[in-house]
Amino acid sequence: MAGDLVNLLADLKEQEVLKVVKERLDKGEDALKILGDARAGMEIVGKRFAESQYFIPDLVYSGEILKSVSELVKPKLTKAAGTKKVGKIVFGTVAGDIHDIGKDIVVFMLDVNGFEVHDLGVDVPVQKFVDKIKETGAPVVGLSGFLTLAFDSMKQTIEAIKSAGLRDKVKVMIGGGQMSEEVRKYTGADAYGKDAMAGVSLAQKWIAG
Amino acid sequence: MAKEWVDMTSDERQEALFARWMAPKDPQGNDLKFQSPEAEKAFKARVTRIKDAIQMKKLPDRVPVFVAPSFFPAYHAGITPYDAMYDYEKCAKAFRDFVFEFAPDGNLGAYVPGPGKFFEILDYKLYSWPGHGVAKEQSYQANEGEYMKADEYDALIEDPSNYFTHSYLPRVFGKLGGFQMLPTLIGILEMYGVAINFIPFGLPPVQATYQALFEAGAEALKWMGAMGGFNAEITAGGFPMIAAGFTKAPFDVVGDTLRGTRGVMLDMYRQPDKLQEAMERLVPIMIKMGVGTAMMLGHPIIFIPLHKGADGFLSDEQFKKFYWPTFRKVLMGLIEEGVVPMPAAEGHWDTRLEVMSDLPKGKTLWMIDNSDIFKAKKTIGKVGCLFGNVQSDLLVLGTPQQVKDYVKKTIDGCAKGGGFIVSNGAFFDQAKAENVHAMVDAAMEYGSKAYK
Repeated sequence: MAGDLVNLLADLKEQEVLKVVKERLDKGEDALKILGDARAGMEIVGKRFAESQYFIPDLVYSGEILKSVSELVKPKLTKAAGTKKVGKIVFGTVAGDIHDIGKDIVVFMLDVNGFEVHDLGVDVPVQKFVDKIKETGAPVVGLSGFLTLAFDSMKQTIEAIKSAGLRDKVKVMIGGGQMSEEVRKYTGADAYGKDAMAGVSLAQKWIAG
Repeated sequence: MAKEWVDMTSDERQEALFARWMAPKDPQGNDLKFQSPEAEKAFKARVTRIKDAIQMKKLPDRVPVFVAPSFFPAYHAGITPYDAMYDYEKCAKAFRDFVFEFAPDGNLGAYVPGPGKFFEILDYKLYSWPGHGVAKEQSYQANEGEYMKADEYDALIEDPSNYFTHSYLPRVFGKLGGFQMLPTLIGILEMYGVAINFIPFGLPPVQATYQALFEAGAEALKWMGAMGGFNAEITAGGFPMIAAGFTKAPFDVVGDTLRGTRGVMLDMYRQPDKLQEAMERLVPIMIKMGVGTAMMLGHPIIFIPLHKGADGFLSDEQFKKFYWPTFRKVLMGLIEEGVVPMPAAEGHWDTRLEVMSDLPKGKTLWMIDNSDIFKAKKTIGKVGCLFGNVQSDLLVLGTPQQVKDYVKKTIDGCAKGGGFIVSNGAFFDQAKAENVHAMVDAAMEYGSKAYK
């Protein structure tokens, strides 16, 4: 039965997923286990995205299905769902830029690949990145941006990380709309990721490798 | 006697619109007086060059060049985007100086900034703009949301105008709340009961909305006065504008402004038929929007920014099912009326350009951003004219020599056989002025040799 939920979610069968979840809850099954299966389904979604079988709408839809599953399961949860995470990452769209689609995709992919992502949202002030790095001790920082104005915001963010004495403690990746290797050099980041999967590979290399 | 519009073929209509573009009028409807005979000659040479590139029937005298910025002219003039949005004269001057300094064959006019005070009067929520949600030194940015709810497709399909008036507009303009109380005007049929329909106009919320509209209208008019002066000056100086106005792909109407990216993506799974029906409903409206502007202004080119169909945003299958069919109908509807659609493929559209090549030749103009333009030349470039691909990071961070080298590369790879225009690929804010000059200079230098 477990395989059912995992695969149904991976195949984005919304109605069937919800039906199975309800049935299993009615049978008194451990809510945490159901949530674990749903997570496993999400990992397959992430894998399919990485292999270009799935695209952004599939990620969005799977996220919606997971949200509905969580809502069903939550009242039955007795303890917090503490899944083991691979490593911490601080992520956000830099100051002045309010674009979130690209950022959300990378955060999603990092999340399903087991990272603990601290998503600071959009238009994130420089200091907020610095504070969050200090607070979490995250070794990886992701800066997202869509506009050319983000070039300077990224540069300033990285300079602030440096001034705070944290530059040698973190690896910084950048990505988004008009970013490129040239922009990476300009901003002083460690790497430029051309898509969400590149972001995941970088994080894996830096944290696990 | 000249042929009536209804009797013309689409080719003849396109020629007629190009002829009107070639002979601009002043606001009174008389032939526009050019600054000098040289300016007149330059204007006609530029329009002819662009026309030849688009029609792909004969080679232009050289490869044309566009400079299509967002807020760059403001930054370049030393004013902020806030200044450009709130001081219309300053805006017009910055954009005019930009056109005269860089002297491109085609420019976008001074419409990008828009009237800041107007947006304020109506409390526009769809965007944050300089001094109003983003810093005064930065350009405006969209606030996507589900301004149309998932269960409102039937209302949109049944009567799009009514839906916009009663539901959509009050949500994106804080001051248009009174529209929710408006009567359905088709109820006004005979003496009996007529007055009842007008009661809403006596109610304070509706009156407040109309008050805001009067104020907003006056502000828009004031802004248009400055824009009109700008248009007359650059045209008289010999510089044509690239496009008359804009329309959109139905999928983007739903995905950008109505349901938002997340909403439209979920609808593809949860209510695909409703989404399709709504997009079909939008087709004639989007055609009419483009054709109307082109006819009114006597200019064939209509800009269509493309967004949510980009590579990765949809699967190939979804693109072919949801994005392309209604977009193609809009393109064909515009082409039929002699309009030259100018889709801007923002971001990456490599896999899509091939799908969209299913169009008649010499009828479209494509702005290429980050897609591989050399590959595009072999797909969409076979039927339509391409421009763009000089990328923002190069204009901001590169050197003039790097820009020149890249322009040369695009000319070498794409100019053969015509149907190519040198240009930046994304509407840019920041850039080094010397790099923008280098792009234009390189087009003049290599673009002249290309067809010799």
